[in-house]
Amino acid sequence: MTRKTIKVDYLARVEGEGALHVTLHDGAVRDVELRIFEPPRFFEAFLRGRAFGEAPDITARICGICPVAYQMSAVHAMEDALGIAVDAPLRALRRLLYCGEWIESHGLHIYLLHAPDFLGYESAIAMAREHQAEVERGLQLKKVGNEIVQLVGGREIHPINVRVGGFYRTPTRRELAPLAERLKWARDAALETVRWVAGFDFPACERDYEFVALRHPDEYPLNEGRLVSNKGLDIGARDYETHFEERHVAHSTALQSVIRERGAYLVGPLARYSLNFDRLSPLAQEAARAAGLGEVCTNPYRSIVVRAVETLYACDEALRLIEGYREPERAAVPVEPRAGVGFACTEAPRGLLYHRYALDAEGTITEANIVPPTSQNQGTIEDDLRAFLPDWLEMEDEALRWRCEQTIRNYDPCISCSCHFLKLEVERG
Amino acid sequence: MANAAVVVIGVGNALRADDAAGVLVARRLRPSPGVEICEQSGEATALLEALRGRAAVLVVDAAAGAEPGRLHRLDASAQPLPQRLFGSSTHGFGVAEGIELARALGVLPPVCIVYAVEGGRFETGAPMSEAVVCALPVLAERMTKEIETLRHAETRDA
Repeated sequence: MTRKTIKVDYLARVEGEGALHVTLHDGAVRDVELRIFEPPRFFEAFLRGRAFGEAPDITARICGICPVAYQMSAVHAMEDALGIAVDAPLRALRRLLYCGEWIESHGLHIYLLHAPDFLGYESAIAMAREHQAEVERGLQLKKVGNEIVQLVGGREIHPINVRVGGFYRTPTRRELAPLAERLKWARDAALETVRWVAGFDFPACERDYEFVALRHPDEYPLNEGRLVSNKGLDIGARDYETHFEERHVAHSTALQSVIRERGAYLVGPLARYSLNFDRLSPLAQEAARAAGLGEVCTNPYRSIVVRAVETLYACDEALRLIEGYREPERAAVPVEPRAGVGFACTEAPRGLLYHRYALDAEGTITEANIVPPTSQNQGTIEDDLRAFLPDWLEMEDEALRWRCEQTIRNYDPCISCSCHFLKLEVERG
Repeated sequence: MANAAVVVIGVGNALRADDAAGVLVARRLRPSPGVEICEQSGEATALLEALRGRAAVLVVDAAAGAEPGRLHRLDASAQPLPQRLFGSSTHGFGVAEGIELARALGVLPPVCIVYAVEGGRFETGAPMSEAVVCALPVLAERMTKEIETLRHAETRDA
């Protein structure tokens, strides 16, 4: 029996710090551990004792890529606790802001983090030397997302215009008009993106996932909906903790989530798409079909195509929202503190983001629980590798390492959020 | 001020000890005609956009190093930045990547100088190293001189 160890010191093109440890024994996969060593960040503890209105700004600091998701889950959970509902134009603006974050985050991941895997470049920089036009398109697309967040959120990173009950200031129709012009370009660029990534080579790997995502009566899910799965789950956010459990595993500073009855599950673009194809705009559906995607996608490597379809949808939806925008009579609905518990799930670019807050009569936070998408996907990332690795054992070490990293990047993991990624160690014995 | 002759970009996070150095040096520089001073977090694509279309850019940032307070002047327009100095950023996609991406796309300014001060600690909320604090005015002074030289060169060329 020969024993061999392969180590990679750092996995790049993911957000945060972690490592992958793979143990192979007599040609079989013995163990796969996604080790997250980014230090725990204790945000839930920081929130205790703070006023309910501070939650959107504090939680926005959890992530520089998806702060809007944190703000949205925070305000919806607070509004649930306080028994208020926002006016329709404010709801539309929140959706527009979220579209901005999806465009920005998906644009970054597709073009700069994930595409190099498929085209055989070690980095986006190496890829940019030979694919200038594509990289420029990706950068400009991302920029349009930033512009939405800047205009509606008041700042590109960690927006400051979101509050419980609505916004501090709402934009005028006139202010949104130039964005609409930019979005028309972005929608074409997103359509080009779908065509471009659809031409990549995808490993033939399929898995029987339990997809979990929000589902709304008539919208592709962003801010609202019931929590559903393809294996029978159909619950409100209020029942999340009854069905899902966070477990501590020794090799990770991020908790891993499981469905109590069935174990690991998948959140994010693949899940949203497979559970909500019928809610996409006709343009996005048509582009998905032309790209060779069925209505359900179980090949995680095709998540890059799904992300491109979602980017197209977000541009389409943002345009629809701007065209239909009525200037709100008030920037926020009045909010009165009261004791209560509030729950919310929204769809961060990487997947479902759950928040729960308990408030006392003055509106002070007495308890907070936040479950980010990457901790929910950790178990499934490990299961993907366990399932696919046996077919890859003949690969050279370098190619194997590459494929493992690519597999992890299918999830666009945000390690900072989950504890918040990656050294890779393969041990062959 | 898209037509500023010289753009200074202070990079860093003011809340993370020595990582504040780039931002603090930028704040020490006096705005003057033809000079634009801005601050950034160090995210690569934002830096790339700030470099695009500019003639002369000075970037100032903290760098990982063994000797806190040690200063470096690197001519990024002449050669790639050493990765060892700029290895750490929140997304693994920071100043060095932003500049190299600009070079790969052919949009790196003809003059792109990176000033770096080596930092000793980068923990959230920690105080700055004394050696880094002492280096700030020295670095600001050196950059002021270079800005003047570049401004005059721009005026002469124009």
